[in-house]
Amino acid sequence: MEKLSFDYPASQPVQQRTHVGVVGSGDLEVLLEPSSDEMAHVTIRTSVDGFGQIWKQVMDRFFSRYQGAATIEINDFGATPGMVMLRLEQAAEGSR
Amino acid sequence: MSSGEAVCTRGRIWFEVLLGKGAKRPASVPSVLVADTTLQKERVRLLAVVSDPQNRFPCARQGQVGLEEGWNLAKQIRDAIRADANVEKRAIIAIVDVPSQAYGRREELLGIFLAAAAATDAYISARLAGHPVISLLVGRAISGGFLTHGAQANRLLAFRDPGVTIHAMQKKAAALVTRRSIEELDEMARKVIPMSYEVKDYARLGLLHKLIDGVDPDAPDPAQVARVQADLLEAITDARSGQRDLGNRFQSAGARTNRNATLEVRRRLAEQWNLK
Amino acid sequence: MMTPANRLDPKQLLTRKSFIELSARERAKALLDEGTYRELLGPFERLESPWLPMQGVVPQSDDGLIVARGTLSGKDAAILAIEGRFQGGSTGEVSGAKIAAALELAQHDAENGWPVQVLLLLETGGVRLQEANLGLEAIAEINSSMVALREHVPVVGVISGMVGCFGGMAITAALCSYLIMTRQGRLGLNGPEVIEEQSGIEEFDSSDRQLIWAVNGGEQRYAAGFVDDLVEDDVKLIRERVIEAFGRGVPCRHRSEQVEDYLERLATIDVTHQLEIRHFGRLWSKRVLS
Repeated sequence: MEKLSFDYPASQPVQQRTHVGVVGSGDLEVLLEPSSDEMAHVTIRTSVDGFGQIWKQVMDRFFSRYQGAATIEINDFGATPGMVMLRLEQAAEGSR
Repeated sequence: MSSGEAVCTRGRIWFEVLLGKGAKRPASVPSVLVADTTLQKERVRLLAVVSDPQNRFPCARQGQVGLEEGWNLAKQIRDAIRADANVEKRAIIAIVDVPSQAYGRREELLGIFLAAAAATDAYISARLAGHPVISLLVGRAISGGFLTHGAQANRLLAFRDPGVTIHAMQKKAAALVTRRSIEELDEMARKVIPMSYEVKDYARLGLLHKLIDGVDPDAPDPAQVARVQADLLEAITDARSGQRDLGNRFQSAGARTNRNATLEVRRRLAEQWNLK
Repeated sequence: MMTPANRLDPKQLLTRKSFIELSARERAKALLDEGTYRELLGPFERLESPWLPMQGVVPQSDDGLIVARGTLSGKDAAILAIEGRFQGGSTGEVSGAKIAAALELAQHDAENGWPVQVLLLLETGGVRLQEANLGLEAIAEINSSMVALREHVPVVGVISGMVGCFGGMAITAALCSYLIMTRQGRLGLNGPEVIEEQSGIEEFDSSDRQLIWAVNGGEQRYAAGFVDDLVEDDVKLIRERVIEAFGRGVPCRHRSEQVEDYLERLATIDVTHQLEIRHFGRLWSKRVLS
């Protein structure tokens, strides 16, 4: 298990917390809540070690479009970048 | 699977030393030993599951809890409940040395899960009816074998001895399933208390009423037997004055230290249960 | 006695909605009356396993156990739904404590004249090996609460698949007042792999799919009288059957109390050789009436 964390500047307040996904094979769960500052904070626990760079790329891409000041917790069980993106988008959608 | 025939005979050894004079032996199958005897002024029914090389179920010949064992335990316990409906409830003492449940195709087909449930149900029903149910862990108490025979007692007593192991799976099988070596498993058990195979760690979880020191489980002398009898008697008395559910296990000092999560779940769920 | 399982007619086939494909949370939502779902100890409570991260295993924020309150057919209900995709639905300290505590709270309510319909959605391989003795203990406590509760109100269990219900939780399943399965559900104390590993391939070949379904499958379990109802994988049908089961009230004798009957039947079975599964139905078909 590896732990990662990322921070991004954020401009839009988040309306409500939301939860999506399952910590099952090839999947992940995302817990998204309003953060207390004008930043987005992401913490990740992943079952697959050594993919920090790919996580960063996925997060960079997601936060290039998403402006929510959210605290995001991810528990990952070997999801593909595409799956991670999908769950993040679902969480963002649910928090509006 | 049996490693060490000596361990498998402990159930029989302790059944016999606790029999005493004038014990009555209700009819039973050879793998389920049952006797009615007394401990001072307490009436007790002793129950043990033991090996039976002639058992008609091949996968239950080495002391495993199988179909006959589950259903017959249920019968012997329910007989005692019925007989004591209008008198003081006798104590039920489960002498526990079970390597596992029986792993067989016949067992699965004929519903061993239900036989296990029947014995479990009977032990619980006895406890809820007011019978003190005491388990004396003298050897192995593994997995479904233990859930069926032993785990439902109001009070669990165990010998401090390397041959006393309580666990969800035998070590070799657990190593295979979790893809770890025996050494890795041992290393993990040092950090993660519920993973440990050692009875002292089981005690740290707050699950034992008493960890009994200084007894040779394979060849107890009369003084040791007398001490164990005194411990059993104390546990019976204690159970008679205590609650009938298993609450004492998670209200114990050990649980407060090492079962924090259990207590937190219980506390918060009670708060949220009837909110609208 | 329960009515036999009905198959879906062509119209129902077109409108069916798979129950099996839903997550535990979606299952609980789909069964409760619309708009009444309320989740307890949800993900943001972060009551996760304290033992998994110590072993390098990623935990889940609800430990794979959904506790939901709401109404079912207008009456108070609680659903305990196991998420089979997280750690095979295994019972750990937290997930097990949720079930045991919920059953106890329901018992307390029932004793105070406030009956709650408790439904278990079972999808589990049994004890979570990484939490070994605390998983085992949790199941012991669940079973104890179950027997205490079902004196007052019926407890219904559903095994829909895909994981099935194995290990210590199969004992819990057998303690339910009423048990409902689909054909895709499996029920047994020991999974096929464990039997093969412990007793050899000649005892159980775990790669023999046909054998597994013939031993553990819902159809077989229903034919043998070990479960009360066999139902198609359809949300609406399962919901109807669950409501129907609650409507029957507390059985006068639970299956796990029918000791003499089962001992009698067991005595009639010749187990010298492996049992011929195709003959088994006939040998065992005389159902024990509750």
